[in-house]
Amino acid sequence: MAGFILIVIAALFFPGIILRTKSIASGRKGPGIFQPLKDLAVLLRKDSVFSTSTGLIFRIAPSVALVSVTGAMLLLPFSEHKAILHFEGDFIMFAYLLALGKFFMIIAALDTGSSFEGMGASREALYSMLVEPAFFILLATFAMFSSYTSFSVIFNHFYITGNDYVFIYSIIGAYLFVQIAMVENSRLPVDDPKTHLELTMVHEVMILDYSGFDKALIHIATNLKFALYGSLIYNLLVPAGWNTLLKTGAFFGVQTLFAVIIGITESFRARNKMNKNPKFILTLTTIALIAFMVILILTEKLV
Amino acid sequence: MFGSVAFLIIIALSLLIFAVSEPLKYYFTLALLLAGVALSGSWSIDILTGSAPAIELILFRPAHGPGFVLTLDSLSAFFVIVINITVLIGFFYARGYLAPYRQTKQNTRFSIHFFSYFWLWLSMLMVVLLRDGLAFLIAWEIMALSSFFLVIFEAEDRKIMKTGISYLIQMHVGMFFILIAFLLVYRATGRLSFDALAEYFSVHRNLPLFLLFFVGFAIKAGFVPLHTWLPEAHPAAPSHVSGVMSGVMIKMGIYGIARVLASMQSDLLATGIFILVISIMSGLGGIMMALVQSDMKKMLAYSTIENIGIIGIGLGLGVTGQALGSQSLALLGFSGALLHVFNHSLFKSLLFFNAGSVYYATHTRNMEQMGGLMKKMPWTAMMFLTGSLAICGLPPFNGFISEYLIYMGMFYSLSDATLYISLLMIVAILALSLIGGLALFAFTRAFGIVFLGEARTAAMNHAGEATPGMIIPQVFTVGLILLVGLGSSVVVKPVFNNVMITWGLKGMPMVAGALSYNLSRISLAGGILVVTLGALLLYRRYHLSRRVVEAGPTWGCGYTAITPRHQYTANSFSGNFNVLAKPVLRTGKIIDLPGENELFPGKREFFTRSHDMFKLYLVDWPANRLSGLLKRIAVMQTGQIRHYILYAFLFMLLVLLLSLFNII
Repeated sequence: MAGFILIVIAALFFPGIILRTKSIASGRKGPGIFQPLKDLAVLLRKDSVFSTSTGLIFRIAPSVALVSVTGAMLLLPFSEHKAILHFEGDFIMFAYLLALGKFFMIIAALDTGSSFEGMGASREALYSMLVEPAFFILLATFAMFSSYTSFSVIFNHFYITGNDYVFIYSIIGAYLFVQIAMVENSRLPVDDPKTHLELTMVHEVMILDYSGFDKALIHIATNLKFALYGSLIYNLLVPAGWNTLLKTGAFFGVQTLFAVIIGITESFRARNKMNKNPKFILTLTTIALIAFMVILILTEKLV
Repeated sequence: MFGSVAFLIIIALSLLIFAVSEPLKYYFTLALLLAGVALSGSWSIDILTGSAPAIELILFRPAHGPGFVLTLDSLSAFFVIVINITVLIGFFYARGYLAPYRQTKQNTRFSIHFFSYFWLWLSMLMVVLLRDGLAFLIAWEIMALSSFFLVIFEAEDRKIMKTGISYLIQMHVGMFFILIAFLLVYRATGRLSFDALAEYFSVHRNLPLFLLFFVGFAIKAGFVPLHTWLPEAHPAAPSHVSGVMSGVMIKMGIYGIARVLASMQSDLLATGIFILVISIMSGLGGIMMALVQSDMKKMLAYSTIENIGIIGIGLGLGVTGQALGSQSLALLGFSGALLHVFNHSLFKSLLFFNAGSVYYATHTRNMEQMGGLMKKMPWTAMMFLTGSLAICGLPPFNGFISEYLIYMGMFYSLSDATLYISLLMIVAILALSLIGGLALFAFTRAFGIVFLGEARTAAMNHAGEATPGMIIPQVFTVGLILLVGLGSSVVVKPVFNNVMITWGLKGMPMVAGALSYNLSRISLAGGILVVTLGALLLYRRYHLSRRVVEAGPTWGCGYTAITPRHQYTANSFSGNFNVLAKPVLRTGKIIDLPGENELFPGKREFFTRSHDMFKLYLVDWPANRLSGLLKRIAVMQTGQIRHYILYAFLFMLLVLLLSLFNII
């Protein structure tokens, strides 16, 4: 339960922190930390316009996306506080739930009959296909190292295996989670949420036709997804057994750090050329395989 | 005794299909099918619920020759259920689908069609029930023949006839491999039966005989590179037949492989790795090629190859588990494979039926011409969506459950695996996750391009929803998909039992208990998902009812003269993938550029096409080389009688010389 609530709280501040980081880094005064929340409130009050080309799929997709993300949140623990739902192999369900939301957002984009949105949908489908193996290899490595296959137990057993070099793996894992989160949430260097030209967009172009309530749902889902990955990174980095206050502090610390990293990346880095993206994403799979090798060495299977 | 007599009567009555007059013909066949399904279904349920350990029914057993004895054990009972469900639903669907053909086709054509359909069902049943080798091969042959007659229903089209013949030839190549394998068993043990396999395997090397059986069965199942008949025959057949062929007939190959695997005793690790490698190739190759097709049914046919790959990965893991003595890997691998057989028979037949309904409404299978069909055919669209979600393995649908089992097998076995096994597992995980991602790509493409957006051609505007007679059978399939997806912990138990009996696994209850707990959690999560989605949609409705909701055009970036032709096509949707997969798929463009002197270029044509590289390099290339070589030898075929006499003389001379030097 704790994990679920903390993710919701972190998601409230997450986009604001990214925004503040970017304003400070670029020397602007910039909007306040609560601006994204105010934007959401405005969206919720707004009326809606639906394209005449669209049908049922376009209307239910944002709801499915949000529900799939909240479903994935049910599976995440908070250190030794187990998740609301935990069972062996829950991370398989985690990955497939997120894929369910993505499936609906892709077909919703095709529902508008716009060539822009078809383009965005095609890119999104390709990138999410390419990033899938990285996630699964990473988790297979966790499973192999800890002998457990549930989020709620893997991380608790991670630091008590008595292996002092495990932090090498944690760092690679955290790096990969950050990168996967960037790809999954369509941020730099794969996609630039602030670009103004439809032709260079990925995620933004898919939701061009959304307005009002449904657009608010999409933003909520995106924010929750950030905090979701933030929570994964926290669980990976912070050993179980600290006292609750310290852990909560660490949780928000990790989330803030994650948001700041995203903000800084977006301030100082240009977006990849579109045709470089597949290579970039496949590199993640390669790094995941290297991480797997590291664990093979740590568990003395190799060498 | 009663059972076998009743069964023989049903078989004999099937001849009357030719005699019954037209309006009753369909219902007569249906009645026969229903009777047969009820009879065989009741036997299987007895077996699967454990109220009878094994059933043996003697149909016909001469003193010499094949013994037609129906033997039900849990493995065959499981396949009987799979066959019966899809065949029956397919036949209900066929009534509406065949209606437009009634004006154009003769009565006898329908008789042949229904008769073949009945015999396809019967022969599949025989394939899983007969143990005698010769009887099995006869059933296997009838299966090939009856499906051939079903495929060439529209034999007026020469292309379809050609496809049918090539299908028939490939099926027979497969049969010869099985025949040779059986003969080897016969020579070693004196018995021509599946029951003699265990005896053979306990004495002789296991792998060579397995490979013979595997090649024979894999041609039917469609493992890469033996799959080349599949993407041709499925689109050619009428849709209810493609549904049955793809849903259950190719699974007879899986049955055969499973039956042989159940008797194997050594060489298990090599066998497991071999199946894994072939399956990963099938899975990845199949879905990659599915992703670039524009023919809707061809795309589904390639996706069938992918799913056979997933089933094969399950089987391969199971055998590897047996080899390593890891009971949990064996249980999870085999159960995942069997459950996926059942799941795939449901969603793939559903998808083929939907493709049939689309063809029925639009008279085309080319996805590039479709679009916006959801507005015309909402029911068909929703069912295609369900099938797509299920085939991508997304929760809370049934595909997720079988993929979960297979994944769990790999994750469980990773922790105490040796280096090489870990590497093998990580490759399999990599492949399975990539297959999952590609399936999502392929099915968002199929659903989105066919059913969503705007109609790409004017022909789509005349499309209408399929008849209720075609839709209602599909609703049953959707119900079963949801039943497995949401009630997995109950459905999986008989599958576990089945695997434990068939492969003789012992001491399983602990892992099985843990798994049914996990599956009940998955059901719970699925339930939460459905309920929260329902609640959110209700709230959304309430929320929007208090706001102004307007309709407007799609955002065109300031451009106002947008036509449906501007939409992304199926080909452009997979365009970025094509670039990536170019080394494998060799997607090429055929552009007819304007000449230098053409001041006013006329109408131009443009094609993109992809190749099936396995077919190109493993089948077509050697076949062409061979026929080229044979053509060169054909120089000898002069047509002049004196040359032929010379050949005979030279041959005799050769024999004389060879025997002179004691060579022969």
